[in-house]
Parts: sequence; structure tokens; C-alpha cells
Amino acid sequence: MGNYLLRRLIVAVPSLLGISLILFVLLALAPGDPFGELATNPNVPPEVREALRVKFGMNDPILLRYVRWLIAMMHGDWGFSFASRVNVDTLILQRIPTTLYVVGTAQILALAVALPVGVLAARRPYSIFDQIANTFAFIGFSLPTFFTGLLLILIFSVNLGWLPFVYRADLQATGWQWWWESIKQAIMPITVLGLYQAASYTRYVRSAVLDVIKLDYVTTARAKGLDERKVIVKHVVRNALIPVVTLVALQMPTVFGGAIVTEQIFRIPGIGSLLISAILANDTPVIMAVTFVFACLVVLFNLIADILYGWLDPRISFR
Amino acid sequence: MNEQDLRGEIAAVKEGRLSRRDFVQRMLAVGLTAPMAGMMLAHSGVAMAAQDFPYKPTKAGGGGPLKLLFWQAPTLLNPHFAIGTKDQEAARAFYEPLAGWDAEGNLVPVLAAEIPSMANGTVAADGTFVIWKLKQGVTWHDGHPFTADDVIFNWQYATDPETSAVTSGDYKHIKAIEKIDDHTIRVVFAQPTPLWMTGFVGGGSALIPKHLFGDYIGAKSREAPNNLKPVGTGAYLFVDFKPGDVLLGKLNPNYHVPNRPYFDTLEIKGGGDAVSAARAVLQTGEYDYAWNLQVEDEILLKLESGGAGQVEIVPGGNFEFILLNATDPWTEVDGERSSIRTKHPVLSDPAVRAAINMLIDRASVQKYVYGRGGIATANCINNPARYRSPNTSFEFSIAKANELLDGAGWKKGASGIREKDGKQLKLVFQTSINAPRQKNQAIIKQACQKAGIELELKSIVGSVFFSSDTANPDTYAHFYCDMEMYQWFTLSPEPQNFMNQYVSWEVASKANKWQGRNISRWQSKDYDDLYRELTREIDPVKRAALYIRLNDTVCAGHHVLPQLSRPRMSGLRRGLQTHSSGWDNDLWQLPNWYREG
Repeated sequence: MGNYLLRRLIVAVPSLLGISLILFVLLALAPGDPFGELATNPNVPPEVREALRVKFGMNDPILLRYVRWLIAMMHGDWGFSFASRVNVDTLILQRIPTTLYVVGTAQILALAVALPVGVLAARRPYSIFDQIANTFAFIGFSLPTFFTGLLLILIFSVNLGWLPFVYRADLQATGWQWWWESIKQAIMPITVLGLYQAASYTRYVRSAVLDVIKLDYVTTARAKGLDERKVIVKHVVRNALIPVVTLVALQMPTVFGGAIVTEQIFRIPGIGSLLISAILANDTPVIMAVTFVFACLVVLFNLIADILYGWLDPRISFR
Repeated sequence: MNEQDLRGEIAAVKEGRLSRRDFVQRMLAVGLTAPMAGMMLAHSGVAMAAQDFPYKPTKAGGGGPLKLLFWQAPTLLNPHFAIGTKDQEAARAFYEPLAGWDAEGNLVPVLAAEIPSMANGTVAADGTFVIWKLKQGVTWHDGHPFTADDVIFNWQYATDPETSAVTSGDYKHIKAIEKIDDHTIRVVFAQPTPLWMTGFVGGGSALIPKHLFGDYIGAKSREAPNNLKPVGTGAYLFVDFKPGDVLLGKLNPNYHVPNRPYFDTLEIKGGGDAVSAARAVLQTGEYDYAWNLQVEDEILLKLESGGAGQVEIVPGGNFEFILLNATDPWTEVDGERSSIRTKHPVLSDPAVRAAINMLIDRASVQKYVYGRGGIATANCINNPARYRSPNTSFEFSIAKANELLDGAGWKKGASGIREKDGKQLKLVFQTSINAPRQKNQAIIKQACQKAGIELELKSIVGSVFFSSDTANPDTYAHFYCDMEMYQWFTLSPEPQNFMNQYVSWEVASKANKWQGRNISRWQSKDYDDLYRELTREIDPVKRAALYIRLNDTVCAGHHVLPQLSRPRMSGLRRGLQTHSSGWDNDLWQLPNWYREG
């Protein structure tokens, strides 16, 4: 096991290096300029813009810049944002709690909905409940979040006026008021994200349970006269959840990566909105850091998923 | 009325033979605007009427929270690093300049005790120096007094190349700043400088304190802890800032203007998109103010109809125009197309340019595409009114365009496209991707077709079109096609820097990495001479005349075809009073903001 882990980690290094090189080169070749807005200001002479580019090392060859970035990164220096001149790690750390709260809660909501619905639907396939659950699941993952988000805003903020649609990380209230307001403003984004995710999870859980429920050992369990509840919870769900757990583990990076579209619609100051505003401002160090952290998380959680898989299903061995 | 008469009248006001009001009335009668008249009096030593913004609250505070929504979030709070106007605005909530520009383009003192003038001897008659008297009793938020040293420091800070300040260009004309006493400075210029106020007034020129930034001049500028924790002189004290998200402030009890501000707390929330920002102010009233509403007017009108808020339209100097290339974009000379050594095969014919000018249906574009956000114009300088040329006009007429082209020998061929000497009137017309611009392009293409000119439309992603990437041929500055359309901005009511985009020595080329600002590559000796005269001229009356002549010369060249003057739009919740000006930051009068009703 330890051997396997070590080998996987060593293999991860070249792939991360490759990812970072591709990201860096792509960003360097992409059009755009962080100081583009200065060009349209007649009071800023072009020399000023050129001096800034030279100062921030943007006119050097790409490979030189990459090596410089890599060495700094290894020393734990993530660079600083061109747009705010703040260290990139500070910016990312500022955004993490909000993203964890909103996207994390949405994932929990998704699981809380998908597990019971998926299991119940699979227990009686093609029953009315299953048909309804299926219909909603299909609607759920065919509607993109930007659509459902706007729809909810239109209904609950504009027409009914119940919920605010601008998310504020710095609520001024204290005590119960604070709790109430932070729940109120998070309802819509969490619902949008959670239900979207729940739709696909439901389909997954249903098919996984369906695969297991027909197996001989389940029939044996029932023949032994076991309580139906026990059969489902102990014998079926436990085995059916193995692929689902891997799926959830692979989804974890998005919990840290944020939800770009939803964060933009509700103005949630999370990682996703940091990334999108950095892209719009051509703020290369921030884009680079966020995407690279994301890549690391994907590699890490892939590894975790593989290990979990083996732990849940001892038939799989690590070699 | 000629210059002599004008000077006589001004003298009459000075000696008290004519009242100020009568003078303004007479000026209005001869077609000059009130601000122009005011400017002339001020220049000639008659004091400007005290700037009076209506302000009803009788004490500071009590207004509750003030919530502003910026769809582009501010990312930094040091005015010397502000890349975009969003950052200037955020910094302006805490830092202040010596003076601001009001809606008519007049200077209003903020940290200055008075506006320098030639009459007081505080502006040199030859334009080589200016004396600023600073307001007494102003303190920074931490209690330190604001003095002349702070002003001098800002100049040193910005001009140190290691600081990497974006404001360094504002100070390049300054040779030295002498401290006369703690509240008086003398700014000495390298050469006569009519724009003696540059660097100390208006958007982006707010002052930072020496005692907190003094140790961080030069290469260490990025490390200053106060870059993100402003300690200014403004009406609000800094509370918290998350770059790219939210900025919080609270009432400054020691603000240097009595009874201000009205609001107890300030919140500037960023992010999202312009349409939903408009919605949050105009429809749901969740926020009090929405900045820079670049939203189609049709949508704004719909949102306004509920009555929860209204759109504020602030006229300024921004304008949308079409450029006709003076050089040949299809021939490569020494590794560059649109080289200044070539001539455009068809657009060098003045009749073709005049015809295209007549084929732009400005009135319809205003009516059906831009609404209140774009006013049809024939001028490059549209505001302030004192610099607007009365000599230009525009006309949309397909028949006249056809006549012109027939007269110049362009005959319609078998395909319906005009040609002459084997050259067809087929042009490529590019702009950035932006819904109103594509509609605009289509309207022009249709009209041109009826006159036998075929336009091929091309649209380029904004981030490419407006980038300064030297390797990309699709930027507006490369101008590797026949026609292009975009908007240009100015925040200063003195369009001197704005008008240098038409001088010969600014032609964009490979040699200057396409950083030159003359994109159409039109060159005119007359224009160059007039422009040089402008940079030396100090008399505001003559400057106004020069601006008008510069504008008329560009427009007559027909390589630059002005189309729309674009005012700034912002959203106000019902009752909010802002005194906005198109010549300064939107938050320039933030201390005077209040709510009615």
C-alpha cells in the first residue's frame, strides 16, 4: 500500500509539471493585456504602459517566465496579482471559506436528495415514483445553472421580494440576525447548485442500486426472512455505493474550485468568481495559480478515490 | 462680437460697470454658453461664483447605509496603481485630490483652499508655474495634519520609475515643486503649461499620505500595508476591503467639510454583470447606486418603469466613431501593413470618404440602437459645451452619396458595385464584438450597398481588438483593414491629450509597436500646427477657438467620422442625490450625496 502510494505520487509530479507548462504557455499565447484598459485612457502615455510591462517581466521569453514562475512556486511564492498587486495566495485564501460554505453545502444537499430518491426509485423500477424521479432528474440536469439561477432570481427576488440576489460575505448583522441573513442569501445559490448536482447523482445511485438489487445474495438475504429495511441498507446500499463514493470523491475538487457560473450570477465572492474576473482582466498570475491549484486537487482526489475504492472493495488490490 | 469687444465687456465687469449676470446674459445672446462665460470671467480675474451644491441635511450622519454596486469589482485602493476607473472610484471614496471637475468642466476646490488663477498671481502669466494654496485644518484619518509635504510626496512617489505608478504620466511636465510654507506649494513646469492643473485634480489624482507611504517609495511600493488599508482625507473611514469583492467604510466624524457626510456607512459591492446590477437598483431597490450601466437602453427603460429608481445620464467626452484608413492595409511594406508609406487605393479619394460619411445613418442608430446612451454627432469634441464646434453637421442621404460617387467617376459595374480604373469599392469594416456595434455595422452596410459600396463586416473579440499585443494583426491599432469603429474615452474636460490622437507624429506603426495613437494614419500639416499652438496657448478664449478649429480640421478630413457622443449612465435608487460630473469620477461628490424623501 505504502509502495503504491509512493509510486502514484511520483507519477503525479511529471503530470503536474506538464499541466503547469501547458497552462502557462496557453496563457502567455492568449491575446489580451492586463494593462489594456490603460490604452484607452488618453491621460496615460504609452510609455507608462510599456514601463509596467517591462517591470512585471511580461516582455521576456515565455520559457524564461515559466522557469521563473516554477522556481518561485517551489519556494512557496505564488506571485502577485497584476490587477490588485496583492499576493495571489492571500487572494485565494480570502475566497476559500465562501466557496467551501456555498459549494460544500450544495454537495451535501445533493447527496441528501440523491441517496434516498435514487434508492427508493431503484427498489421499484418503473413505478410511478421512479417515473417522477426520473423526469425530475432529466429536467434537473438538462437545465443549466445560469438558467435556473435567473429563474429563481426572477421569482423570489424580483416578483416576490423574499430573498436578496446579491450575496454579501461581509454581513453587518450580529447574532441570530447574522445567521438568518447568511442562510437567506445562500438559499438560492445552494438550491441551484445542489439540485443540479442531485439530478445526476440520482441517476447514478439508481443505476448502481439496480445493478446490485438483482444479485443472488440479495435474494438469499430476503429468503432468510430478513427485514426489507435491513436488506436494503445493509446488503444493497453498502455495495451499491462503492461507485458513487468514487464519483463524489472526483467531484470534490469542484467544491474548492467553486462554481463559476453560479458565483457570477449571485455575486458570490468565491474561487470561481476570482477566476472569471482574473480571466477578464488578463491577470495571468491569478489565473495560473487558481487553475494550477485546481489541477493539483484533481490529481490528489483521483488518488484518494482510487485508495477509497480499494478500501471499500477489498477484491481490488494495489499493485 | 470679436475678441476686442469681449475683452471690453470683461473689463466692464471687472470695474463694476456691468454685473456678472448681465455679462453672462450678453454672452448667451451671442451664442456662448454660460460655463464658457464663467470661465472667461474667472480667467480675467473675476471671481467664480461659489460652487453651491444643494445639500439639505443639517448634520453629519443619520442617513443609514449607502450601498453601491459596481459590476466590475475594485481590486486595489492606491490611486497611483489604479488601472481602471473602477479602482479610481474605490480609491476616491477615501482619498481626495486638490480639486475636482464639475459637470460644466469648472474646477471646484477639495483639498485646495482656492483654485489658482492668473488674477491672483497664482498661475504664471507665461504658464511656467502654478501656486496651490492648501486648505488648512485638514487631517488624515489617523489624525496627522495634511500639509504641503504630502502633495510634494505624491509627485515624487509617482515619478519614481521603480514605483510602477500608472499616474507617472500626469506628472511628467513638472520640473520641481517648491514648498513655500506648510500650506502653499509652487509647481514649476519645464515649459509653459496651459494644463497646469494636471496631476492634482480630478479622477485618478487623489493624494496619499507621506507619513504612511514615505517608506514605500520605489521598488518596495507593493509592500506598503496601506495599499489595501487607505488612510485618506475623505468623508468615509476605511473599515474592510476584499479585493474583487467588497469595500466597506464608515462615517468620518472629523471630515473637513461641516455636516458631511450624510450616510453612516458605505458599502461598495463588486462583481456580476451590468444588467443585474441595474435590476438590483432600478427594480428591487436592494442597492442605492449602480455604476457604469453599459446596458441597452431598452432594458433600462423597462427596469425604470417600476419607479423604484432612475437612470442618471451624465454627458462627458466619450465618443463612438468610424475610421477610414489613410494607408493601404493590403500591401506589406517592411513587415507591416497599413504602413504610412502607402496610400489607400480607394479611400484616398475624398469623394469616396465624403460619400461614406453620408451613408452613416446616425439618427437611426441613436433612435433604434443606443437610445439615451448615444447621441448622434458630427464632432470629435462634444463636451464641455464651450469647446463644441457649431460649424459641423451630418446628413444621411443615399441619393447625394450616389451623386457624389457618380461625379467622381465611380461607375456601377455588372455586380452593382462601383469601380474606377479597375478598382472596386469593396471594403472590410471591423469592430469589436458587442451587440449594439454589430447592429450599427449592419445598418451602415445596408446603406452602403444602396450606393454601390460593398462592405465585408468583421467583428473581433473585445479582449483581442483592444489589446496592445504587437503580434496580433486584429487589434484596433494595427488597423489591417479599410474601416473600423470603436469608442474613445476622456475624463478630462480639457481635451488636449485627447486631441493628440490625430497628430502626424502619433501615427501607429511597427516602429512604435503600434503604441502610437493616430490610428487612421491621417496626416495634416494644418492640424499639427494648430495642435502645437494649443499646447502653448494659455488664454482660455483662444484655446476654445483652437479646440473648435482642431475639431473642424479632423472632421473635414473625413478619415475620422464621428458618430455618437456617449454619456455615462448610472442607476440611482429613488431619492438619491449625487451631483455627478462627466469630467471626474462618479464618486467625486460622495461627501455631498444624500437621500431625499
